[in-house]
Amino acid sequence: MFLRPISLSLALLMTTAPVLAQTAPTPPAVTPTEPRETIEGTLSQDRTVIAIPALATSSVQTVAGLRTDSLGRQIAEVIAADLERSGLYAPVGPSGVRAITRAEVQAPRFADWQARNAENVVHGFVDAGSNGSLIVGCYLYDTALGSELVRKGFEIQPGDWRRAAHKCADAIYSRLSGEAPFFDSRVAYIAESGPKGNRIKRLAIMDSDGGNHRFITNGQALAISPRFSPDYKKIVYVSYLNNRVRVFIYDVASGSQKLVTESGNATFAPRWSPDGTQILYSMAVGGNTDIYRISANGGTPVRLTSTPGIDVGGSFSPDGRKIVFESDRSGSQQVYTMNIDGSNQQRISFGGGRAATPEWSPRGDLIAFTRMGGGEFRIGVMTPSGGSVRMLTNSWQDEAPTWSPNGRVIQFFRTTPGREGKSSLWQVDLTGVNLRRLPTPQDGSDPSWGPVLP
Amino acid sequence: MTIRKSTAMIAAITMLAVGACAKKAPDTLPPVPEGTGTDTGTDTGTGVIPGSQEDFLASVGLEGDRIFFGFDQYNVDSEDMATLQTQAQWLQRNPAVRVTLEGHADERGTRDYNIALGERRANAAKNYLASLGIDPSRISVISYGKERPAELGSTEEAYAKNRRAVTVVIGR
Repeated sequence: MFLRPISLSLALLMTTAPVLAQTAPTPPAVTPTEPRETIEGTLSQDRTVIAIPALATSSVQTVAGLRTDSLGRQIAEVIAADLERSGLYAPVGPSGVRAITRAEVQAPRFADWQARNAENVVHGFVDAGSNGSLIVGCYLYDTALGSELVRKGFEIQPGDWRRAAHKCADAIYSRLSGEAPFFDSRVAYIAESGPKGNRIKRLAIMDSDGGNHRFITNGQALAISPRFSPDYKKIVYVSYLNNRVRVFIYDVASGSQKLVTESGNATFAPRWSPDGTQILYSMAVGGNTDIYRISANGGTPVRLTSTPGIDVGGSFSPDGRKIVFESDRSGSQQVYTMNIDGSNQQRISFGGGRAATPEWSPRGDLIAFTRMGGGEFRIGVMTPSGGSVRMLTNSWQDEAPTWSPNGRVIQFFRTTPGREGKSSLWQVDLTGVNLRRLPTPQDGSDPSWGPVLP
Repeated sequence: MTIRKSTAMIAAITMLAVGACAKKAPDTLPPVPEGTGTDTGTDTGTGVIPGSQEDFLASVGLEGDRIFFGFDQYNVDSEDMATLQTQAQWLQRNPAVRVTLEGHADERGTRDYNIALGERRANAAKNYLASLGIDPSRISVISYGKERPAELGSTEEAYAKNRRAVTVVIGR
């Protein structure tokens, strides 16, 4: 992947902008190939309207088989979809709004957009760069004030155009919401197919919006519980290869994988430390499961728990100093925290039912978990001391939360009951609204959301 | 999986019995070579290879290859003990046979915990067989958690059937 932020200085703009602005031709509408997302929950009725016309181009050129004018429209579509998915904004366009000229990018006709009730308007351009690259610029304006709020430029390889769109959407989202960005990030998950009693489960990866989907394993061995390394170069997961339960580290670039640790015992439930140097895993010895920590490069594992019973899972705090995990030492699954050396183990979940699969927010302020009780599995959040418990979903079986990089959105998987029961990926805002199903080519489970790409 | 392994075993024994010049598997299976330490008393002439998964299933009876557990439980109760005693008798008659104990959970649990729970259940069964004199080195353990339900429904009856530890013959 190649994406380089560039400064959209006046000089650069002067050299790339033509003297005579031309009207961008309208390319044929792009047929969406992904399944439509399902929207539930209550969206804010006063979402900010943002007009997003297709990005303009100085001159229509074809770079690596991609036309700059077509890309301008596709990038606008991705930006609009990202902002719409956030639940905070009501994007309009690129369909149904007029095309803009290259000259308009820096001189918007604010009255036009105000007339469409747009409080903000996004303008941008896609131009051919040097050596087969593309230059993408995007701007956010306040139509009432007539002021520029965001100006971002990127030099990209043509194949990375979606990343440029996500970066633009992130800049717009951050400027308007005050939150950290999260669109330009990726998700590892398990793609599922086949009958319930003999599911085929494959490791798969995709962008946070479902784009650039790719299957990693072929499904011959059961694959479960993947986690992207913080640099996205590796995925740690559990494979039933050779009818054993073991944690592997898969190298995305080379396609090779290695065992996290050599052991005759089952190892599972792996997680990365925030800096990617350590891995947590659980190991069952004679029916007793405990949590271990090991260097991602191997070496001697450190045993962190030793109580009789099941201690399993685990997720690092973002500062890398604490671990939240689950244990049934009290008689049922509950959530505990401890220091990374295993000291100071404290139960934090109370209040009825079982609590499992804790995941520490990247912001550090909350822990997401699965609450089981009353015939339902629900996703909830609580503070690291167990306070301020809020349930975000309501379903027969929601499970395994994973946080967006900015700690605003939680993905999880939802299973339906019955002989034809299936699992699918969903996400919900931290406030419990904007519940959406994610588009995946097959059924999905065990999502793992990685950090924002640099 | 067990069918495939059994087929492979039959093929292997067939090759052993008729030699490399055999062009075609005989319609009836050849006698088991002597001195393998395998019990031949259960060979009823139905083509079941003593010491095989089929032999095991025929010997232990309907659902005799598995024990069942309560919700979030892993204790071996008196009914389970009777089942495992029958399994142990067969294992004692077939001292060269190795088995895998597969631990399973119902779907109403979280994935990682259910793997740990399946480990507990499989080990509980293994430990009881060991207490009956079965060499634990003959018994390997694997947990499938909730990944491989035997009953596909989402009912209490299905869950009760899925919370199980299943003994599977893997060879000798």
